[in-house]
Amino acid sequence: MCTVCGCGAHQTVANEDADHKDPVHTPAVGFVIQTADAVTHTHAHAPLRQGVRRVQVEQDILGLNNQYADKNRAEFAQRQLFVLNMVSSPGSGKTSLLTETLKQLTSQHNLAVIEGDQQTTNDAERIRQTGVPAVQVNTGKGCHLDAHMIGHALQQLPALQDGMLFIENVGNLVCPAGFDLGERHKVVILSVTEGEDKPLKYPDMFHAADLMILNKTDLLPYVDFDVQRCIEYARRIHPEIEVLQLSARTGEGMEQWIDWLLKNQKGVTGSENTNSVRVASHV
Amino acid sequence: MHEMSIAQRVLDVIEEQALVQGFNRVTQVWLEIGPLAMIDKQALRFSFNAIIGHSCAAGAELTIIDLPGKAVCRQCGLRLEIQQRYTPCPHCKDYSLQVVCGEEMRIKELEVA
Repeated sequence: MCTVCGCGAHQTVANEDADHKDPVHTPAVGFVIQTADAVTHTHAHAPLRQGVRRVQVEQDILGLNNQYADKNRAEFAQRQLFVLNMVSSPGSGKTSLLTETLKQLTSQHNLAVIEGDQQTTNDAERIRQTGVPAVQVNTGKGCHLDAHMIGHALQQLPALQDGMLFIENVGNLVCPAGFDLGERHKVVILSVTEGEDKPLKYPDMFHAADLMILNKTDLLPYVDFDVQRCIEYARRIHPEIEVLQLSARTGEGMEQWIDWLLKNQKGVTGSENTNSVRVASHV
Repeated sequence: MHEMSIAQRVLDVIEEQALVQGFNRVTQVWLEIGPLAMIDKQALRFSFNAIIGHSCAAGAELTIIDLPGKAVCRQCGLRLEIQQRYTPCPHCKDYSLQVVCGEEMRIKELEVA
C-alpha cells in the first residue's frame, strides 16, 4: 500500500438545471441533511417523496486533486524544487526540447523528469539517455496527469533536492489545463507546424500557462505560420503570457529559454551558481 | 475527454457520502458548473450515465445548474457576463478581461433514499 494516500496500486514505472437557483441553498461547510419531514425548501424542487431526503454536499469536484496538488507543492518547497508542467498537443516537440534543455543544464543542476503518456516508456528512455533520472507515468485511458499520480512519481525520485523537476504532461491541449499538479508554472509548447490560431481554439490551456514556447522556428520558411498573429491571439486569452521562440533541433533561441529557467528558479532552489549569476547580471 | 474522470470523481464523492451519511441509493444529483470550467456538459452527462450502472447512483437523474460567467475589463472597468475566455470588452474592445467567476465545478446536492 502506498504511503501517499493509502491506495493499493498505481501506475508509475520506476526507472523504466437553470431553475434551481433559490436563496435557500446557501453554501455549507461539509453538508447538511434535510429530511422529507423537515425540509425548508419552498421553491422549484419537485416535492420530496416519502423516504427520500436531500444531502447538501457543496464539494468542488476537483477538490481532491487540489488537495494532492497542495501536498505536492509543500513537498516541492521542502525539497527546494523548481517544478514546471510542460503541456502541448502531441508532436509539438516537448521531449526534444526537454532532452536539449537537460543536456545544457545537467552539469550544474540537479534535474529529473516525470513523463506522462497513455502508453509506452519511450519518452522516459529518451530522457534517461541524457543521464537525467526519469519516471514514466502511464495514464492508460486517461487524457491527463493528475496531482495524485505526481505524488506517487515523486516517491520514485527520493534523492532529488534543490533543483528542477520537469513534468511532461500527456500530449493534449485540452484536459491537462484543468489539473493543478502543484507546479510553479505551466509552460505551453506550440510548434509552428500547428497553426497560429491554436490559442483561440484551445483557450483554457493558454489561459493556464505562464509561458508559451513557439518551437520548430527553423521550419518557419516552409509553413504559413504568422508568429505575430499567434502571439496576439495568445495575449487575447492571457494578456500577461510570456513568449519565447526557439528551435530545439537547431538550438536557435535555446539560450533565452535556459535564461528564463535560471531566472525563474531563483528564490525556489537554494543554490546560486555561476550561470544564474551571469543571467542575473543582464536581466 | 476528461469528462469521464470528472464523472468518476462525482461518483466517488457520492459513494463516500453514502458511507458517511448512511444512504443506499441516490435518485438525483445536482451539479453547479460555470461556463469557463472546461466541461462539456453533454459529454459529462454521457460519461455519468455510462458509469453509474451498478452503483448506488444507478438510474439517478443528473441536473446541471449553469452558473454565470462574470468578468471585469481591466482597461475600462466594465463589468459583464461572459461565456468564453476570449470575449473582447464590448465597450473598449480590449481583450484583457479579468474573470470574476464562472470556473466553478461543484457537487451541490443529492436526493437520496
